[in-house]
Amino acid sequence: MIIILTSKSIGNNDKGTLTTSSTKKRRDGRDFDELRPLKIEAGVLERADGSAYLEIGDNKVLAAVYGPRELHVRRLLKPNMAILRCRYNMAPFSVEDRKRPGPDRRSVEISKLTAEALNPAVFLEKFPRSTIDVFIEVLQAEGGTRCAGITAASVALADAGIPMRDMVAACAAGKSDGQVIMDLSEWEDKEGEADLPIAMMPRTGDITLLQMDGHLTSDEFEQALDLAIKGCQIIGEEQKNAIKNRYGD
Amino acid sequence: MVQSIVPEIIRESVTNLIKKGERVDGRALDEYREISLETGVIKKAEGSARVKIGNTQIVVGAKPQIGEPFPDTPNVGVLITNSELLPMAAPNFEPGPPDERSVELARVTDRCIREGKVVDLEKLTIIPGKKVWMIFMDMHIVDYDGNLFDAAVLGCLAALMTTKVPSTTIEDDEVVIDYEKMVPIPINEQPLMCTMAKIGGELVVDPSLEEDDILEARVSIGIRADGSICAMQKGGSVPFTHEEVLKAVGIAQEKTKELRKFIPQA
Repeated sequence: MIIILTSKSIGNNDKGTLTTSSTKKRRDGRDFDELRPLKIEAGVLERADGSAYLEIGDNKVLAAVYGPRELHVRRLLKPNMAILRCRYNMAPFSVEDRKRPGPDRRSVEISKLTAEALNPAVFLEKFPRSTIDVFIEVLQAEGGTRCAGITAASVALADAGIPMRDMVAACAAGKSDGQVIMDLSEWEDKEGEADLPIAMMPRTGDITLLQMDGHLTSDEFEQALDLAIKGCQIIGEEQKNAIKNRYGD
Repeated sequence: MVQSIVPEIIRESVTNLIKKGERVDGRALDEYREISLETGVIKKAEGSARVKIGNTQIVVGAKPQIGEPFPDTPNVGVLITNSELLPMAAPNFEPGPPDERSVELARVTDRCIREGKVVDLEKLTIIPGKKVWMIFMDMHIVDYDGNLFDAAVLGCLAALMTTKVPSTTIEDDEVVIDYEKMVPIPINEQPLMCTMAKIGGELVVDPSLEEDDILEARVSIGIRADGSICAMQKGGSVPFTHEEVLKAVGIAQEKTKELRKFIPQA
């Protein structure tokens, strides 16, 4: 029998001052439409053809791209275009309780959705019979890792020099403490009422990933979708800045 | 893992340079590449480190859990070392369960850390025979540019030296964990590992990726602070002579002294 005397607080800076106004500050002091601090760096790995490192809040994510390269699995080969494969993986030390290494159902699903979110942005038809491999490693997780992964992967694709229609930026919105908010933290995701992660191409506004869990009225859903789109647009600018910082204007 | 193919011309030029006492990147035969080490890089891990030797980069996280001791060692904590050669680290690394190379890396690192008596495992006992701390060391290889062993041992040592576990007390045969009071795990020794490759009959320290690909044989030697030897591993299918082995031990003793200045100060 193990008793836990004091549990580690998951959220940071619990202000403990909850007001009833509709634009009350969040648990970590953010406004309802405010992202966590975001940092993106392109070209961080030597061996990969393209790579990116991303921090948003306490999330730390690495993405690497190999390709276009020869595809050895013949049954996956497409004669008229490249395929884009993705592997999303969490480090065993990235979460509070050690995660067993290797893929689980959650990471397999996220890998599939990430590939599908990135697919429409890439000119796959330019590279028939080949593969583009995207690897996402979550080094530290604090809510919103699938969005962080897609955002980083898209910068890594650009860093690899792969022709794209646009960046793919991803951001979640949702509802926590009765308030519709942008970019949920781990605590807001766990304790909140709803989570709506999306990915989009900021230039066209096309949505390439859409998931939701929780409970929202249709009005709240519209608000949340607008917030997520706004988040993607801000993140899209930061993606461009990361590439400019590496390669100049 | 797919074996990487090295053009014969590169094999020859690298080997000929080494025979003349030179290396492709301009290093001396016994010179390490640039090394950097940061600790505390992962907040969610109770101990962590990011180590770079040249462009080889490993992120190590240590996570303690309470578990049952092995029946044959009821009063000893458990240390488990695991490594993932991520497919992002090199074009010929593939996803999937750890292959023999990854298992060798984890086992050699484990041997150096365990036989080097880094952690006083007996002090990790909570209730003898029932509850002990198990420390999981996970190495995430994110960029592969040769010589994983030395980076792995340095990273694991640094992560362990910064690892804290919550203090525990026993009340009525129940373990009470106090997360407010984190204590460092007891560290005894600080072994380090030095890897040498045999190329063109010469021993070169800290093989780069090119050298790792063409080496005839390699040897990794774990050395404690007092110069004593705690682990060894030979790799590659070319043999070593008696003199070469003794020479390698001498080089490892000298070079690990240099590596020592990167160890975090406790």
